[in-house]
Amino acid sequence: MIAVLIVATLAASVAAGTSLLYATLGEIVAERAGVINLGLEGVMLVGAAAGCAATSVTGNPYWGLLAAVLAGAAISVVFAYAVVDCGANQLAAGLSLLFLGLGVSALIGRPYSGAIIHGLPSMSLRAPLEQGAAVLSVDALVLLALPATALVWWLLSATRWGLRLRAVGENPAAAFAAGCNRRRLQYQAVLLSGVCSGLAGAHIALAVAFTWAEGMTGGRGFIAIALVMFARWNPWAAVAGALVFGGAEALQLQLQASGLDVSPFLMNMLPYVLTLAVLPLTGRAGRLAAPAALGRPYTGVE
Amino acid sequence: MKLDTQRPAREASSPLISAHNIVKRFGNLTASDVDLFEVRSGEVHGLLGENGAGKSTLSKILYGYYRPDSGEIRVEGSPVSLRSPAEARALGIGMVFQDFTLIPALSVFENIVLFMQGLPRVLDRRALQKQIAEAAASLGTSMDLEVPAGALSAGDQQKIEILKQVLAGARVLILDEPTKVLAPQECSGLFATLAELRSRGYGIVLITHKLDEVLEAADRISVMRKGRIAGVLDRSAATQAGLLALMFEGRGTREMTRRTARSFGANALELRGVCTDDEGHAVPLGDVSLRVREGEILGMAGIAGSGQRELGALVVGRTRPRRGTKMLWEQDAGEWSIARLRQSGVAFVPENPLEIACVGGLSVAENFALGERRYRRGLGIDWPRVQADAGSAFDRFGFPRPPLGAGMRTLSGGNVQRAVMARELANRPRLIVALYPTRGLDVHSAQAVRDKLCASAGEGAAVLLVSEDLDELFDLCDRLVVMRRGRIAGEFEPAGYAPEAVGAAMVGAAEMQRAN
Amino acid sequence: MQIERTFWKVLIAFAAFGLVLLIAGKHPLQAYADTAVFVLGSLEGFTELFVRMSPLVMAALAVSIPARIGLFNVGGEGQIYMGALFATGTALCLAHAPSWLLLPATLASGFAGGAAWALIPALMRIKGVANEAITTLLLNYIAPLAVGYMIFGPWRSPESLSYPQSPKLVEGARLAVLPGTRLHAGLLIAAACLALCAYVLYRTRWGLEMRAIGGNALASQHLGLPVRSYIVACMAIGGGIAGLAGMAEVSAIQGRLVAEISPGYGYMGFLVAWLAGPSAAKTVAMAFLFAFISSVGDVLQITQGVPFAVVNILMAAILFSVLCGGKRAGALK
Repeated sequence: MIAVLIVATLAASVAAGTSLLYATLGEIVAERAGVINLGLEGVMLVGAAAGCAATSVTGNPYWGLLAAVLAGAAISVVFAYAVVDCGANQLAAGLSLLFLGLGVSALIGRPYSGAIIHGLPSMSLRAPLEQGAAVLSVDALVLLALPATALVWWLLSATRWGLRLRAVGENPAAAFAAGCNRRRLQYQAVLLSGVCSGLAGAHIALAVAFTWAEGMTGGRGFIAIALVMFARWNPWAAVAGALVFGGAEALQLQLQASGLDVSPFLMNMLPYVLTLAVLPLTGRAGRLAAPAALGRPYTGVE
Repeated sequence: MKLDTQRPAREASSPLISAHNIVKRFGNLTASDVDLFEVRSGEVHGLLGENGAGKSTLSKILYGYYRPDSGEIRVEGSPVSLRSPAEARALGIGMVFQDFTLIPALSVFENIVLFMQGLPRVLDRRALQKQIAEAAASLGTSMDLEVPAGALSAGDQQKIEILKQVLAGARVLILDEPTKVLAPQECSGLFATLAELRSRGYGIVLITHKLDEVLEAADRISVMRKGRIAGVLDRSAATQAGLLALMFEGRGTREMTRRTARSFGANALELRGVCTDDEGHAVPLGDVSLRVREGEILGMAGIAGSGQRELGALVVGRTRPRRGTKMLWEQDAGEWSIARLRQSGVAFVPENPLEIACVGGLSVAENFALGERRYRRGLGIDWPRVQADAGSAFDRFGFPRPPLGAGMRTLSGGNVQRAVMARELANRPRLIVALYPTRGLDVHSAQAVRDKLCASAGEGAAVLLVSEDLDELFDLCDRLVVMRRGRIAGEFEPAGYAPEAVGAAMVGAAEMQRAN
Repeated sequence: MQIERTFWKVLIAFAAFGLVLLIAGKHPLQAYADTAVFVLGSLEGFTELFVRMSPLVMAALAVSIPARIGLFNVGGEGQIYMGALFATGTALCLAHAPSWLLLPATLASGFAGGAAWALIPALMRIKGVANEAITTLLLNYIAPLAVGYMIFGPWRSPESLSYPQSPKLVEGARLAVLPGTRLHAGLLIAAACLALCAYVLYRTRWGLEMRAIGGNALASQHLGLPVRSYIVACMAIGGGIAGLAGMAEVSAIQGRLVAEISPGYGYMGFLVAWLAGPSAAKTVAMAFLFAFISSVGDVLQITQGVPFAVVNILMAAILFSVLCGGKRAGALK
């Protein structure tokens, strides 16, 4: 019985964890460049809304993905401008981005609220079990998740761009002395994060829920931020983290489906409680792994 | 520490780099006003001056870090415009800063590669590693490239900084106070490297405030004073007296505070076998035992990062000993809070007072009142009493009274330190922990700080003075301990104060053999 | 001048929002006009401003007090919900107690609920586990779920099965309301909190020490100030004030605990605090502005079918306008 539950949950956690993974990957890049984005949630929502809108209008979910990418990047530009050019406090600017995303997504998504959207086509791999079945639903974004992780890892560790980006996030003064263009690198990092978060939001709308509802990402953006810390800013560890947290979400659905009489409210708390519970586990070494200049606006000579 | 003069220097031709009529102002302060400064190929050009004379500013202008308000820089005779360090590097100018610009979390390899020019987008690790190893060997060093840069000693980090610049194509190397973080024995290694570079035609600018360095290592010496070049001498023509005259223009040499014989009282501070943990980046202390008696000034020397800061943090109460005892006036004070320690008479005079000892955004009076129980009146503060006490403290020390309502941040560096000292010493503390108290101060402020520490010792306070300035320590201290890697590596009485002996303890005698 | 600059920035934000609405095919000027008419032309509209200012001021204090020592409390929303939860619990349990006991107990438990919710991130911060920015945000999602659990479960009112809410609170637990309006005693509580905080901050030793810690925590430690105690105390007090706001919403406005006890006051309070800085007068002014914006949101929803959440764009525009206006603009401290 438990084995069934675990297998079924694992399969379902891929779907739930994919969006978390994309959002986390993007945020890892941004934070390695020294920028923390509390407004990730807002960007995901905009991606979801844009994805729904474009898919409904064109009938093709891949146009929806493109729209989500563009929308996520566009809304992140405002945040990047505030933080990189104006030196604004990153936490406050992030929350502003959150509000912006909440509002813009509500505006874009209103016509599609509750409508059924024919989202991303997916392959369902069914493995029948004693009770019920384990369903692994694979769509384009799920397929690309691991390659995306590899791409991010490669970019950060094997390219000149990645080295400079990490230098900016550790010590902007030293990076400047080495000739790195902090402005450009941080803009690029934030835009990449916007693209990834847009995709993350689109996945929830087009591959999990197949609709739009206000605030549908339900705090996953914040879970992603905690995941970045948990994964110690390492893309591969983020995969494990995304599966664990996706699993928490999937678990509650499985438990409900199996007829267990637990209040849905308590079950919905699970991902957040789990996130809070693992924060102490990142430990001292984890916090030391943070990019040294994370969150600090650069006020030096330039 | 002599340069190998057997190898002849390359014949000097047109200067590699020259600065003409450079003027740079920061607000009201003219930091630089230089008619001519030039560096030739195959020469070590010493840039000598006291703190605040403008050496750093000039060099940063040469490196493109600052842009001059007016004037011209020429590379091999042709005028260039340097708008950033990247452009300077492209022209072959490299600079090794006092605070290394190595990024501690990145590996040695990554730090060096970050600096190199013209690399392809995708890094070819193997080829680059080979290239770096060859360059290092040609300079006579070898190192593990995968180690995080933060884990290396200061001497090794400095070598990497130089290697970085060489690999980036520098032909002019500017070194800003390079021996500041080195023990005396490590300096010979540095000068050997410089000699090697000099013999291969590099031009080197050696910025320092130490006369003996410049007399040993430089071919030509430019003396700076108040932003101007006061004089340029060949080494053959330079004497200590002549250089001092150029540096200080009649102000005389730095007054040394001579220790007078004092009688010492009971133990104020005693540490026995104290060990601490390595939290974060802190250096763990291992089996530290020392004592400071009333009326005594105990000096503490050591190269940067040997545990002096951690020891200071332990004594003032920021950290607790994991093992061992900390006794204050014969009481076990290991668990006392900072507040309790301050109440019982422990005072703290750190470097960087604006960062560590006072709140810049509050006023002088508010800083005076913070944390002092005696100024509490009901729920509020007895401001008239604060102002009276502050005023009289400044007077007693002979410091000019700053406006008590002024923000601490608005005071000059020297005045901030004076204000902090006035506060700390106002209530006649019984133990004073002074951590690099004169760092970054102008000559007069530094002297004032030293005088007050001596005066306090004369009144019976125990003083623990941590400093990187061996001259300062030799002058003021009744005893001297050396710290190395978190442990006490040597103790010296005044009779035994000699740089070689102390230096050996600072760096470890075995390493002394290797460096020679 | 600071005030003039802020005024222009707010104006620019309103214009930008109007532009967004135009692009979306709506009528911003009409909406602004309608709101102005509603707010100035009717007693209901006018008093509604103050009804909303009350929780906004308290939510702003919840952010502001920890901000004085450099903490980032974004958990106002969750603290409001927990205050509401605790207050309801007390009111329901002590329903038969005499009113001189019931009302103060309800107030106290509202404070306690918010304070307890803020203590969790405070403790995590002093143990070095995590920055309070992320922990308070996560807790914001848990608190409404806890409220939902209670009103769908143990506190489900038998009267209205289709629309879950708690039973009505007895009169003794309800804050006084000005007849004919929704103005309630919570406003007085908000004003009292504001005045008290201003007094403590600038006239007491604690306020001086808080400003010192906010200015330079390291130096404050070296001076022997009990920084960790202040972290816990400031977060608890801030959270408690937000809890009072939650209690007031339950006790005076709704009369019972409902699922959406706060339409985002916690987040709006953050914006108010950020824009107002340490000034009490500015806090009131910004709370007024955001109450107005909240009315704009309602008007847009009713007259033009725009979801209320869209007004978040206006709030974001104001904040970005201030943040992007220079290095020192809009700092919390």
